[in-house]
Amino acid sequence: MKKKDLISITDYSKEDYLRILELAAYFERNPNQRLLQGKVVASLFFEPSTRTRLSFETAINRLGGRIIGFSDAGSSSVSKGETLHDTIKMVSNYADLIVMRHPLEGSSRYASEVSDIPVINAGDGANQHPTQTLLDMYSILKTQGTLDNINICMVGDLKYGRTVHSLLMAMSEFKNPVFNFIAPDELAMPEEYKLFLKEKGIKYYEHTEINENINYADIVYMTRVQKERFMDPIEYEKVKNVYILKNNMLKNTKFNMRILHPLPRVNEIHTDVDNNEKAYYFEQARNGVYTREAIIAHILNLK
Amino acid sequence: MSDSLKKKLKLKVSAINNGTVIDHIPSENLFKVISILGLQNLKTQITFGANLESDKLGSKAIIKLSDVFFEDDEINKISLIARNAKLNIIRDYEVVEKRVVEVPDKVIGIVKCFNPKCITNNEDITTHFTVISKSPLDLKCKYCEKITHEDQIAIK
Ligand SMILES: [Zn+2]
Repeated sequence: MKKKDLISITDYSKEDYLRILELAAYFERNPNQRLLQGKVVASLFFEPSTRTRLSFETAINRLGGRIIGFSDAGSSSVSKGETLHDTIKMVSNYADLIVMRHPLEGSSRYASEVSDIPVINAGDGANQHPTQTLLDMYSILKTQGTLDNINICMVGDLKYGRTVHSLLMAMSEFKNPVFNFIAPDELAMPEEYKLFLKEKGIKYYEHTEINENINYADIVYMTRVQKERFMDPIEYEKVKNVYILKNNMLKNTKFNMRILHPLPRVNEIHTDVDNNEKAYYFEQARNGVYTREAIIAHILNLK
Repeated sequence: MSDSLKKKLKLKVSAINNGTVIDHIPSENLFKVISILGLQNLKTQITFGANLESDKLGSKAIIKLSDVFFEDDEINKISLIARNAKLNIIRDYEVVEKRVVEVPDKVIGIVKCFNPKCITNNEDITTHFTVISKSPLDLKCKYCEKITHEDQIAIK
């Protein structure tokens, strides 16, 4: 049988998404399963990402698997100049599955070609982070009861934010999504994604500030606006406070609306939002464990 | 040098018995074309000229290869840097066929990904692009998924 990998969200079909989301719901009801008993998972973090690594390693532990690997490249043979090719070749002789995070774009695709065992991309530079997208979708499904007819407001850095790009592509597989993009001109949604939506006949609107549009949203997806993304620091100073969500802005939002954020946040969601029932970002992070259990089970045909 | 010898030499440069003439190469890309086609490894007679006058290109280069004939896949590789190249297939001093080069659907090797953070620019990996537009040329990297545009194309 051909090995399954998860490198880019667009490698998967709508059927794959639905199967994984169904499995995620199953693991949420029954998180501790010995499905990975006797199996070894290599967790290769060539750059540190504590949040993602802990989420994966929790998922693996809940499935009863063993973990080998490293949490940053400094503690591995990579620091001695070993190529990615050789590291992957070696590890694929030891383990049953590779979970990898790497600062270079395309590294996971390459690893999946070199490896005889499945590879899950846990982030390759600014390129892809497909397990984040699936946990975002699971959070939308859980809070809205459906993935059809969802109005999504995306706020902040829509130019470099890989999570919003992948989510846009994935949600476009479902019925009648509507997108509202709220970003400064410097960080606007790239043309290629707008063209993609146009070709699919999907509606989108662009704004430069958080306005009454969030009152129509089912999901408000917040992202960080990072200073280093701006050529001109003055431009950053001008916009840095424009994309902060505060509790008093939520008064007229829909009762079913939920706020998502891939975390970590800096100041783009004011802490006064945290106690609002519409704040969903911490639950979203917890959903990551169930979704990752589901992805592993799907890839290794455990369930 | 006698006139007759000059004549003979000239003849030797300009005419080939059997083989391929690649015409209308932009002069500045002559050596890239030679390298892409691996002509430096040939043992048969090769003549080339650069900085020749051309109505279309301003300055063109031409390569004449004795006893060499190309498959389409092979010659289409140069389309990335010699869009208007024309091939004359020669048999017995006669042009028996004229061909143009076509941009292929996939480009494997040859071109560098423009993205400095792409794994292909950091480890010894053969690049692999899908051609998503032929004119202007847009190449999507299989690895980093970024698009290298025509004006960013550099040869590996
Ligand atoms: Zn690339």
